[in-house]
Amino acid sequence: MGAGHAHPLHLDRPSPVHRLAPEVKILATLLFTIVVVLTPREEFSAFGGYALLLAAVAVLARVPVGWLAKRAMIELPFVVLAVALPFAGQGERVEWLGLSLSVDGLYGAWNIFAKGTLGVVASLLLAASTTMRDLILGLDRLRCPSVFTQIATFMLRYLDILADDARRMRIARLSRGYDPRFLWQVKAFAVSVGALFLRAYERGERVYLAMVSRGYDGRLPRPEAGSATAAQWAQSAALPVAAAGIALAAVLG
Amino acid sequence: MTAGETAAALRVEGLTYAYPDGSVALRGVDLTVGEGERVALLGPNGAGKTTLVLHLNGVLHGGAGTVEVGGLRVEARDRARLSEIRRRVGIVFQDPDDQLFMPTVAEDVAFGPANLGLRGAELSERVDEALEAVGMAEHRDQVPHHLSFGQRRRVAVATVLAMRPQLLVLDEPSSNLDPASRRELAEILQRLPVTVLMVTHDLPYAMQLCPRSVILDGGRIAADGATAGLLADDDLLRAHRLELPYGFHPVRP
Repeated sequence: MGAGHAHPLHLDRPSPVHRLAPEVKILATLLFTIVVVLTPREEFSAFGGYALLLAAVAVLARVPVGWLAKRAMIELPFVVLAVALPFAGQGERVEWLGLSLSVDGLYGAWNIFAKGTLGVVASLLLAASTTMRDLILGLDRLRCPSVFTQIATFMLRYLDILADDARRMRIARLSRGYDPRFLWQVKAFAVSVGALFLRAYERGERVYLAMVSRGYDGRLPRPEAGSATAAQWAQSAALPVAAAGIALAAVLG
Repeated sequence: MTAGETAAALRVEGLTYAYPDGSVALRGVDLTVGEGERVALLGPNGAGKTTLVLHLNGVLHGGAGTVEVGGLRVEARDRARLSEIRRRVGIVFQDPDDQLFMPTVAEDVAFGPANLGLRGAELSERVDEALEAVGMAEHRDQVPHHLSFGQRRRVAVATVLAMRPQLLVLDEPSSNLDPASRRELAEILQRLPVTVLMVTHDLPYAMQLCPRSVILDGGRIAADGATAGLLADDDLLRAHRLELPYGFHPVRP
């Protein structure tokens, strides 16, 4: 795929990670995340190792740290929850700066924070190096049920059109002096949402008619272009294999 | 059809249709279009133009009368024949966003021929040929959403051309186009070596592209003749809610 769909999480760079086939990257990210989640929370050094692995991938993929950090903020609501755990936790407690903290809660908070961050950063690296279109292609090649990949394909195509529709309707409302300040003024907005739904529904019918006219019989043709080579599988396996090695060394060592 | 007659590109005889809610859209349409002819289908809103178009490839059916495309009768129950009919009749719908649903231009153009069973080199050849014909070859890997409206309309024509239709049906091809895009599309359509049935309100466009016109009103063919002659008949146009743009006089150069 040449120019794919631009999405805010994608970073178009020429890098060996970008060139990998999408399915191997998806699988590597998934396996890596599973290894991270399975690692016992007390193995601090293992988590350090995982972080180093991700840092290596980020360097390879030429993704700047600042870019990653900014987008990793999505994790914040969960981290806020984690901060509450040491205070609310049960059992043995320690004193720190005059605060009484639960040991179990501290471990729990660390667990959420470390695993969450590693998972988010791994996903961000996948998104940064793979276009939306390729992600769907990859899922399709990994034998993800075609209903899901087809829905995602349509969403990819029509989300922008729907957003444009919504924006035009909003501008038309504003142009007629609509300026909701109170909850009881949202009626026009709610009605527009309904109108938008109807428009999307009618468009769905027209798209289907146009597809049937071109011989659609319930199956989208599968894109054929080159799937992953053995070398690509081997390259992308490096991440989960290294992570599994770290996990084993930490648990057994 | 008698033995001596050559098969017309399109032959509609006594076609009637009523929608499930009881409203009658077609009341006995007779229309024959010869091989290589370019015919404009004119008529006010609600005349039944779109209903007629959807009968040409068997999307709508169930009323009395027959439709034949290149001598092959449209038979909604015969699936194999229907797919052959849909290869022969290419319909370009009014809103290119309804027609273009795949993430990239090339994939969308490949959708039709892939449904016909084409794969590999043959498929990409068809895609290149069709995009070349509408002057959009350099945009093959772009996202439809990022193209201008005129470009999307041209790609929509290509998606149908890729199926090498015998009859090209265009629904309001000039709607929403700026004058330059309108002229570019006309130049492309004039070059195409296929039979064309063009549904339109744009009478000068009909005059420019189609030597012959038919007026559909109230579910019947109300007039059939040389475009210049029909457009010069003020009373006829007025009777069927058709109007020439201000200052336009249909005099053949």
